[in-house]
Amino acid sequence: MDILAYSAVELSAAIKQGTVTAVEAMAAVLSRIDERERDINAYVTMDREQALKAAAAVQEKIEKGELNGVLAGVPVAVKDNLCTEGMRTTCSSKILENFVPTFSAEAVVNLEKAGAVVIGKTNMDEFAMGSTTETSAYGVTRNPWNTDHVPGGSSGGSAAAVAAGECYFALGSDTGGSIRQPASFCGVVGLKPTYGTVSRYGLVAYGSSLDQIGPLTKNVADCAAVLEVIASHDVKDATSINRKEENKDTDFTAALVDDVKGMKIGIPRDYFGEGLDGEVKDAVLAAAKQLAAKGAVVEEFDLSLVAYAIPAYYTIAAAEASSNLERFDGIKYGYRAASFEGLHDMYKKTRSEGFGAEVKRRIMLGSFVLSSGYYDAYYLKALKVKAMIKNAFDDAFAKYDLILGPVAPTTAPKQGESLSDPLKMYLGDIYTISVNLAGLPAISLPCGKDSKGLPIGLQLIADSFQEKKLIQAAYTYEKQ
Amino acid sequence: MAKQYETVIGLEVHVELATKTKIFCGCSTAFGGAPNTHTCPVCTGMPGSLPVLNRQVVNAAMAVGLATNCTITQYCKFDRKNYFYPDNPQNYQISQLYLPICRNGHVDIETSEGKKSVGIHEIHMEEDAGKLIHDEWEDCSLVDYNRSGVPLIEIVSEPDMRSAEEVIAYLEKLRMIVQYLGASDCKLNEGSMRADVNLSVREVGAETFGTRTEMKNLNSFRAITHAIAGERERQIELLESGQQVTQETRRWDDAKEYSYAMRSKEDAQDYRYFPDPDLPPIYISDEWIAQIRDSQPEFREEKMARYKTEFDIPEYDIGIITDSKHLADLFEETVAICGQPKKVSNWLMGETLRLLKEKGMDPEEICFSPENLAKLIGLVDSKAVNSTVAKEVFEVMFAEDMDPEKYVEEKGLKTVNDEGALRKAVEEVIRANPQSVADYRGGKEKAIGFLVGQTMKAMRGKADPGTVNKVLRELL
Amino acid sequence: MANVITDETIEYVGILAKLALSEEEKEQAKADMGRMLDYIDKLAELDTTGIEPMSHVLPVQNVFREDVVTNGDESEKTLKNAPGEKDNMFMVPKTFE
Repeated sequence: MDILAYSAVELSAAIKQGTVTAVEAMAAVLSRIDERERDINAYVTMDREQALKAAAAVQEKIEKGELNGVLAGVPVAVKDNLCTEGMRTTCSSKILENFVPTFSAEAVVNLEKAGAVVIGKTNMDEFAMGSTTETSAYGVTRNPWNTDHVPGGSSGGSAAAVAAGECYFALGSDTGGSIRQPASFCGVVGLKPTYGTVSRYGLVAYGSSLDQIGPLTKNVADCAAVLEVIASHDVKDATSINRKEENKDTDFTAALVDDVKGMKIGIPRDYFGEGLDGEVKDAVLAAAKQLAAKGAVVEEFDLSLVAYAIPAYYTIAAAEASSNLERFDGIKYGYRAASFEGLHDMYKKTRSEGFGAEVKRRIMLGSFVLSSGYYDAYYLKALKVKAMIKNAFDDAFAKYDLILGPVAPTTAPKQGESLSDPLKMYLGDIYTISVNLAGLPAISLPCGKDSKGLPIGLQLIADSFQEKKLIQAAYTYEKQ
Repeated sequence: MAKQYETVIGLEVHVELATKTKIFCGCSTAFGGAPNTHTCPVCTGMPGSLPVLNRQVVNAAMAVGLATNCTITQYCKFDRKNYFYPDNPQNYQISQLYLPICRNGHVDIETSEGKKSVGIHEIHMEEDAGKLIHDEWEDCSLVDYNRSGVPLIEIVSEPDMRSAEEVIAYLEKLRMIVQYLGASDCKLNEGSMRADVNLSVREVGAETFGTRTEMKNLNSFRAITHAIAGERERQIELLESGQQVTQETRRWDDAKEYSYAMRSKEDAQDYRYFPDPDLPPIYISDEWIAQIRDSQPEFREEKMARYKTEFDIPEYDIGIITDSKHLADLFEETVAICGQPKKVSNWLMGETLRLLKEKGMDPEEICFSPENLAKLIGLVDSKAVNSTVAKEVFEVMFAEDMDPEKYVEEKGLKTVNDEGALRKAVEEVIRANPQSVADYRGGKEKAIGFLVGQTMKAMRGKADPGTVNKVLRELL
Repeated sequence: MANVITDETIEYVGILAKLALSEEEKEQAKADMGRMLDYIDKLAELDTTGIEPMSHVLPVQNVFREDVVTNGDESEKTLKNAPGEKDNMFMVPKTFE
């Protein structure tokens, strides 16, 4: 079997059996990267020697029996907004072009403890602000299915790397859809967990109340396995949930069961209105039919407030981002302007030269909505709308186990078409954004292709802490 | 007739809490480390770092709030205060604006004008900033983040004060309360207590307040007093000449005795406060409040009143001893062991205060134990050592807190009470000093003092002067 | 409600956010912010009386650490990425009190 055809879990099993080694797997991945990176540009930073060395060290441990988990020996790509000790972490921004963290993100630590081997850092929209991975300071990433098109964003590099076989699985982050949407554009599986499930320690913050780290994988089984490894209660993150204490399951792989009999699935009418591409609509509804054929009870309902999610999201995310990004000032780390006159000029020049246009746009919007005189009308109002949206989902989940819908209104747009109209670009987040506002888990999985051959994604949303329902339904659908 | 102006003053006092670690990370708060040796990703704003709240900070804030008659805000949060400055690693300070932990308290003070209650508007928790040092050689500034993240509570008073005297009385009262709680050592000159003065003036009888200014960099009571006088004058002058007082922050220079506006067009003073998403809210139960209330110490007034009835020592002594909780504790604990309040008080008021003054120390720094002091008192009582030796032993005990009984044994300092040996020494001294003997016998009382001294010398100080005197008189 | 974002607004926000925009960028910023705020104004359509602003989505509270020193001397790590350093401290342009 072609070594790159293994899924992550299959590879680890094969390594344990002795069929292949971790070094062979890494070498194969690096080879594929050599072939395709020129066209795709999924990676920002890679250290080939280091990666092979790390793979060899893990291989030794596996042979000694010291590492025997389901991800041991598997090469992984890590989104460049997750700190990796000793490896440059840029958030695809010029302002961190030379930043080398002195600690690794907890999710990365968990993966490494389980024996996964980091290949390198993947490209993203700068500071996770974007939906196409075109705002990176290190070049655009291209969709492996058709390099004239974008891979989605902001975890575009991670999604493309998985789709192109440039890694076996990847980590991404999702603040408004940044795992799910690129997963759908690149035809891979992507999951955003319930807020608080994966520690945010070491994730460079964008929208702190919305950010979550999650897996991008070739299939649902891998997704469940990775989630199980990276989910943990971390005392260094005060928003980290102790799921075990709360009696919330963490054995996600136990949900890899081919069965949806009796599962109640709601389809929001509001998601299928104007603006949704016909082929996407058809593919998603066809998927719903298939689940119904397997015993799920599928019906339409009104979700409400859908239109308000985007303005609420952008107000909150921009506000938090404007504050989170204040630390980038040329004093403690990162880029510092070459010439300036005095302290405040240094701040301004460093930040204006170091940040890209989209980041500056959101910082300004965020500063504005928090500023004196506008705080109540904009920020507080958005927080109230957020509460209402959460309530609307609570009502829905009183009736349904899952909500089903599209991930994005279209398949991957062409390169260069999105940035000129930011507002239009923001509207593309319509199906994913409310999930972050409500802190819910959601998964995106491939459900077909459009006439151009571009992947279409299906989104399933569950109530807080109900990832197992997502996994079970997704697994069942995948098994078709 | 010249207008009469009233000064209206409110205070914002920052107190550095004496916790072992910082407010949001496990770095030490110990004073004096080499630059940046007490730092970590959290208190230096590294990308990806997150704050986690130190429970002890909440306890201390509640304790101060209860001791100042505040209501505890049972559901409170942290907010981010956003502004750029190099001593602020995240360029936002985590503080509390919307839901401060304590509100609506008051503190009673007494001045030459009488008693008064000063209202406390609120008390909130926040983090301290790092330190900026100016480097003359390189014409730049240097940042040390050791202090960044040290926990502070900010005590905001109502504008109830009307004079520098009231301000000082208020500050001393606050300091007393905070020190008694052990929450902080509260020293203005070391920065563990910092006071910003908000001052405005208005014509006597006016109903509304005038425009106020804020004054910073007041590092001593003296500076505060001068600054208040100076600012009052400056504002009155402005108003009298038809101008307006601008609301601004001014920095006081105590050497030059004037203040200047810290204005900057680069600073909009718009802090854009919003709840910090990284810190879950705090819910303070009734039980928790009760716990803190139950562990409140007896404060100074109660203690003074109790000492008056319980111990027969002068009021003046009571005042000095209760001025420091540590000293008061030492007093009570020693008395509990040896039951001699007057003697304990004498040792504290006499030798202890003397040594503290000599070494420029605070009572809080006294290191000897009540057990050891009680032992020393016991040694003197039993005449095992005389008072001179006792003082010498005390000085060593003050520095090292050793067991005085052991020390006296080891160093052989015990008073020789063997009458036989004493008589021998006295006889020797009488033989050796015929002139003094003659003087004494001739009526000069004072001469015996010399003879006592000589005997003490001969006995190498290890005699009881009283006994020596008695034996001398016998033999003469 | 049309949001007219003026030059003053952009200047002001630039001071708050420490961003210096070129003339061209300023014009673009005015237009962008205006449009975004118009869109955000949609929120005003919703009646939110009686709704508490939700700043934390999960009912988590009282997360504490104990007052125990866990960090040692990490000065080397702290200064590792410093753009300017002297005497174990971060160098910055002169600040004025």
